[in-house]
Amino acid sequence: MPKNKLSDLWGTISRNQILIPVAALLLLAFFNLLADPTFFRIYLNQNANGDPVLSGNLISIIDSGSELAILALGMTLVTAASGGQDISVGAAIAISGSVLLRVLCGADSRSEEMQAPIIVAFLIACVVSMLFGAFNGALVAYFKIQPMVATLILFTAGRSIAAWINNNELPIVKDPSFGVFGNYIPGIPIPTPFLIAILCFVVTWAVMKFTTLGLYVQSVGINEKTSRLNGLNPELIKLMTYVLLGLCVAVAALIKVSRISTINYSVVAKDIEMDAILAVALGGNALSGGKFNMAASVLGAYVIQFLTTTLYKFEVNATALPAYKAVVVIILVVMSAPTVREKLTALTKKLRSSAAQNT
Amino acid sequence: MNIKKLFAVLSSTVLCGMMLAGCAGGAGGGTNPTNAPADPGTAETPAASVSDGLIKVGIINNDPNESGYRTANDKDLKAAFSKENGYDASFAYSLKNDEQITAAQKFIQDEVDYLLLSAADTAGWDGVLKDAQNAGVKVILFDRTIDADESLYEASIVSDMEKEGETAVNWLKDQNLDKYEVIHIQGVMGTAAQKGRSGALTEAAAADSDKWNIVAEQTAEWNAEKAQQIVQSVIDSGKTFNVIYAENDDMAKGAVAALDKANISHGVGKDVIVMGFDCNKWALEELLNQNWNYDGQCNPFQSEYIREVIDKLQKGEALDQKTIIMNEKGFDAKTITQEDVDNYGI
Repeated sequence: MPKNKLSDLWGTISRNQILIPVAALLLLAFFNLLADPTFFRIYLNQNANGDPVLSGNLISIIDSGSELAILALGMTLVTAASGGQDISVGAAIAISGSVLLRVLCGADSRSEEMQAPIIVAFLIACVVSMLFGAFNGALVAYFKIQPMVATLILFTAGRSIAAWINNNELPIVKDPSFGVFGNYIPGIPIPTPFLIAILCFVVTWAVMKFTTLGLYVQSVGINEKTSRLNGLNPELIKLMTYVLLGLCVAVAALIKVSRISTINYSVVAKDIEMDAILAVALGGNALSGGKFNMAASVLGAYVIQFLTTTLYKFEVNATALPAYKAVVVIILVVMSAPTVREKLTALTKKLRSSAAQNT
Repeated sequence: MNIKKLFAVLSSTVLCGMMLAGCAGGAGGGTNPTNAPADPGTAETPAASVSDGLIKVGIINNDPNESGYRTANDKDLKAAFSKENGYDASFAYSLKNDEQITAAQKFIQDEVDYLLLSAADTAGWDGVLKDAQNAGVKVILFDRTIDADESLYEASIVSDMEKEGETAVNWLKDQNLDKYEVIHIQGVMGTAAQKGRSGALTEAAAADSDKWNIVAEQTAEWNAEKAQQIVQSVIDSGKTFNVIYAENDDMAKGAVAALDKANISHGVGKDVIVMGFDCNKWALEELLNQNWNYDGQCNPFQSEYIREVIDKLQKGEALDQKTIIMNEKGFDAKTITQEDVDNYGI
């Protein structure tokens, strides 16, 4: 019977957690379409170097939201395995970015030429960032400290460490080739951060698909004791998720410092940890750990940026901006809460059965 | 167990050490509190045997990592209050008021001659400043004022943020544009710098609304990327503008990144005038290269003013006024020189 098939399909969709960020995205898009259809205009023009670039609000969203999307990948894993969140990612970006610039600029913070190849600097930043991730992970996995408390240490100290790495100076990379990671590759009109985000997503997806990491992370998150009885090492897996988040942090830091070719320790990636956690929540992932959906988190990250760009577009009064954001976030998070979703499914079922009775 | 024992031993050693240090400090400054008003007379004789004639100052500042401004400020103070210049300075840093108050109490117990204070928060200082007064410690505020009775401190050395804004807006008025279409990028709302720098512009725009139009007004919270997004969104909506008034250098930089992306020319004699504040060295270099038009100074070099005050107080002279406002410049890309960049860049 076709009708049954249709309702089956509806059932799978409504049970799939990616529905929440998709619904939020459609809602925002619909609102913008009503208010001002030119919001969706995309046009091609040239930047100051004469290279073709795409412009428009949608491009701004996929451009600016990419660091958050990359962080959301790692944050989802950490959340799933340890049932808690890493609140130090913003500070860790400051550290990682600082290391990157330190290696690139050498001792002279205003040098004309880069002192090391970008790839070397990036790899060193990755290692440092993963070490800090391992520090967080070790506190959580082996010392059984609450993730939020464990990462509070780095959250508090991180920006000072970042400033200390560069002796409190603000290094500037003058070589334009460093700017490609945060802006455009000459000749390609799509913003590089988005390309990097896609690459990260594909790599993570492949790892999840072809290795057992995803399964292990989930089982540790759902029940640590049973996973141990089944021969897994929960501590090691938790530690690994924090190290992977460290890698995501290094990539996000590369984009961040490349955007403006310098760093400001106190404001770079400020409050991004909260947005990253929000992206995971918006993706419908349980913040207490267990099952997870990576794509939903990434979509959640872009939804947050969509919201920000929309608010800028409508020139919401600066002082009222956080309030508007809070209202929208409350609605989205409440909608995605498991209890509300259960109630909603029950309600739709009831409506459908009563409709069936009437016919 | 062993670790616990070790910890106990260590911590008690540290405690004892601190007590000893505290006693030593107390004895060292012990001669000072009673004769604080007659300081110049006694400074050479008995005090000399204790602290080699050095003037003892306790400096409470915000964390130097907070910003480039604070780093320059701290560097300046450290250079000025050195042993060579006749000072024995101790420093305490915190962005939290209660920690600063604890540090102030410690300095008072150490019996410093002068307490220099850049308060994290305006409220809550009455008690500790009264203690300072009773102990004969003279208090000089720098950089930030507090909500306390004027009699509790000797002098207050501050930047006038309103004046900074006015200087910048007056410069903009002098450009004699036919029409001012301004993108106004604000700092963290409610901070003194934001209020002062926003105030002048808002006033100018309200006074001559035919000529002045604020195209967009948003807070980027001192953050370059947010500023970039804000300007990007104005460009995407197809509005025209010819001035970017960013309340610090970072945000001006972010705004310029958005202009570059859209191939909008900026700087001296170009389509868009770019204005920033704080005089970072790299920002002044942008001025020198004619990429930006104006940069307003927020003077972090307060030590010379503070030392002047201390000199006067040491000689027993009265100060002309309690609140001392520092000279602050505004740099124009047309007239700036390499010398300015070296002298005033932070």
